[in-house]
Amino acid sequence: MNFTLSEEQEMLKKMARDFLVEKCPKTVVRELEDDERGYSPQLWQEMAGLGWMGLAIPEKYGGGGMSFLDLAILLEEMGRACLPGPFFSTVLLGGLPIADIGTEEQKQEYLPKISAGEAIFTLALTEPSGRYDAASMAVRAAADGDDYIVNGTKLFVSDAHIADYLLCVARSSGRPKPEDGITIFIVDAKSPGISCTVLKTIARDKLCEVVFDRVRVPGKNILGQPGRGWSEVRRIMERAATAKCCDMVGAIQQVLDMTVDYAKERKQFDRPIGSFQVIQHYCANMATDVDGSRFAAYRAAWRLSEGVPCAKEAAVAKAWLSEACERVLALAHQIHGAIGVTMDHDLQFYTRRAKAAAATFGNADFHQETVAQEMGL
Amino acid sequence: MDFKFTQEQDKFRQEVREFLGEELRQGKWQPSCDAWIQGYSPEFTKKVARKGWIGLTWPREYGGQGRSHIDRLIYTEEMLRYGAPAACHWFADRQIGGAILRYGTEEQKKEILPRIIRGEAYVGLGMSEPEAGSDLASVKTRAAETDDSYVLDGQKMWTSCGMFMNYLYLVARTDPEAPKHRGLSEFIIETDLPGITITPTIDITGSTAWAEVFFDGVRVPRKSLIGEKNRGFYQIVNQLDFERAGLERLMGNYPLFDAIIRYARETDWNGLPLCKDTLVRHKLAQLQVEFEVGWLLTYRVASVMDDGRAPNVEAAMAKAYSTSFEQHLASAAMDILGLYGQLVATSKWTPMLGMAPHSYFGSKGYSLQAGTSEILRNILATRGLGLPAAG
Repeated sequence: MNFTLSEEQEMLKKMARDFLVEKCPKTVVRELEDDERGYSPQLWQEMAGLGWMGLAIPEKYGGGGMSFLDLAILLEEMGRACLPGPFFSTVLLGGLPIADIGTEEQKQEYLPKISAGEAIFTLALTEPSGRYDAASMAVRAAADGDDYIVNGTKLFVSDAHIADYLLCVARSSGRPKPEDGITIFIVDAKSPGISCTVLKTIARDKLCEVVFDRVRVPGKNILGQPGRGWSEVRRIMERAATAKCCDMVGAIQQVLDMTVDYAKERKQFDRPIGSFQVIQHYCANMATDVDGSRFAAYRAAWRLSEGVPCAKEAAVAKAWLSEACERVLALAHQIHGAIGVTMDHDLQFYTRRAKAAAATFGNADFHQETVAQEMGL
Repeated sequence: MDFKFTQEQDKFRQEVREFLGEELRQGKWQPSCDAWIQGYSPEFTKKVARKGWIGLTWPREYGGQGRSHIDRLIYTEEMLRYGAPAACHWFADRQIGGAILRYGTEEQKKEILPRIIRGEAYVGLGMSEPEAGSDLASVKTRAAETDDSYVLDGQKMWTSCGMFMNYLYLVARTDPEAPKHRGLSEFIIETDLPGITITPTIDITGSTAWAEVFFDGVRVPRKSLIGEKNRGFYQIVNQLDFERAGLERLMGNYPLFDAIIRYARETDWNGLPLCKDTLVRHKLAQLQVEFEVGWLLTYRVASVMDDGRAPNVEAAMAKAYSTSFEQHLASAAMDILGLYGQLVATSKWTPMLGMAPHSYFGSKGYSLQAGTSEILRNILATRGLGLPAAG
């Protein structure tokens, strides 16, 4: 048991932090929130140059061959900086699933592009039901010769408007059980019949409605086993929920740091407000939530790195983080006072993103249910 | 970061489980909440001693095993999981041995440590007094130095297991003229000395959880002084970190967690097990989530200790957090039991041996003993986050 980062990991963390402080200050975040694309191609290329997109992709496909735990460190720093853009979609929802279950041909085709920053990926999973369960998967994929014809609507698809490829989760055959007959397809986003509308969201990220209208997908683009995609979706969800937790850890660590600094500087009644016990206890509660969050998230990330089962640990982390972030932000706002609820202040970035993150890849209730099942209830 | 136990550690955990499982099979004791602090069994303690598990982290030259704090946490985790009656040796193993190793003379180490390790010395804590709770430096008990001894006069309160301890580790005032933090000293004494009177304190659950210890002209040999005279407050601060550092702050009522989960699985609710009820299910899952976070925070404390650092801020954080979990657990169990939660042990209608109400009331003290949650948050805010001291 060891709760600290290795020397190499500390270096990676510092390198990422320094880079993002310089390249992604809040002025940039602000611009990108208003930008139609929602990311900066120039920054994207610089990140690719640093090897970030391919960090956890095997070296033979142009990646860095590092671990998921190393990637977690990067994600934490991205969360701290509120980095906008399709990194999460591309790497967590596209690259790693392909590296995990793709055929050799698929890996050779897509992974080098991802590593080089030349392809943006995303996952088209959720639908208008807004749920993450198998029964909600209604988009159909009907066999037509060697191809499939995909029909239906996906909702809350991140970065689909700029994506080159979508991993689309569709129902390809009958359903004795909701989990049966689900297949994942790698779909070229420029295929005829795909239309995409960007939705306005609280986090000002780019969630999209994606309509598939008789979209033809070659059978060779099936990712994983046809009809048995749901177990792969669960793995993707585990990985994504854990990764999202790491991102959230970075965010609340930054919120804690900002808040403690503010409590030391801000004076009322002729003394720093941080010298009042009530403020101190708020900060202590925040610090406890941040550390608890960090270990819960990193334990899950470590298990994914080691390739050991992680269903319970990922669920524990996301159930915890979804609520802990809200507690941390609530106290941060209370301590910052009115200035913290203005759009001029940086705190609002974190508040909006945390609320969105809490719901993404399963909220606390969703993951508590998983925990209940893992407890044998 | 690495969340894996070594193979030796897994094996060790298994060994502790097998020992405790066998004890249970033989009906030696019933798993119970708070057994680490209220479970009096010299017989059990001697068995644990024979296993070599008391003083696990202490140097071999004093009879210890020289093992890591993570190892010790594994062993205490299993003791707590099984609700084993480990109170006789718990305090000495947790903090007194360490204090003697750090501040004691060679003679004290050679005399007392082996007795603790053999399961013969049961050491109670004499810190709090009627007017010295969170403000420990306000201790009034006097230790007046004479030619060949110290003479103790005064009173200690909230001494856990005071009724059956044969040693007392205490802090007393040796210089009444000095500023209050600079006039205290630590002692270890035997409890059968003339002039000591111990009376039980009955807590809200009806248990003899603590005792008051009165000193009336108690003459203790000079060699009872631990460390430096008048430096006792600074010495004891370190000991308090160890007092807060363990899993007993998270798992003190763990047998209740096991029991309520079993109850929810086995109790019928409109033809289904009670655990299928959404609210019950989520209460229990939420507890599990909270438990795991506390478990991680506490293992982090042990890893800090294994790095050779005093776990000051980390232990404060883990303890304040974990005692809240214990209270949530007791409260959730009472909610799930509904009307049955009122029944204390002895009725055929009483579920889970009355563990839930016992723990519910007992848990009120969890966030007070060994540093209130408020004191712990002060430590975390000022020493951990660098906020300015409250003026």
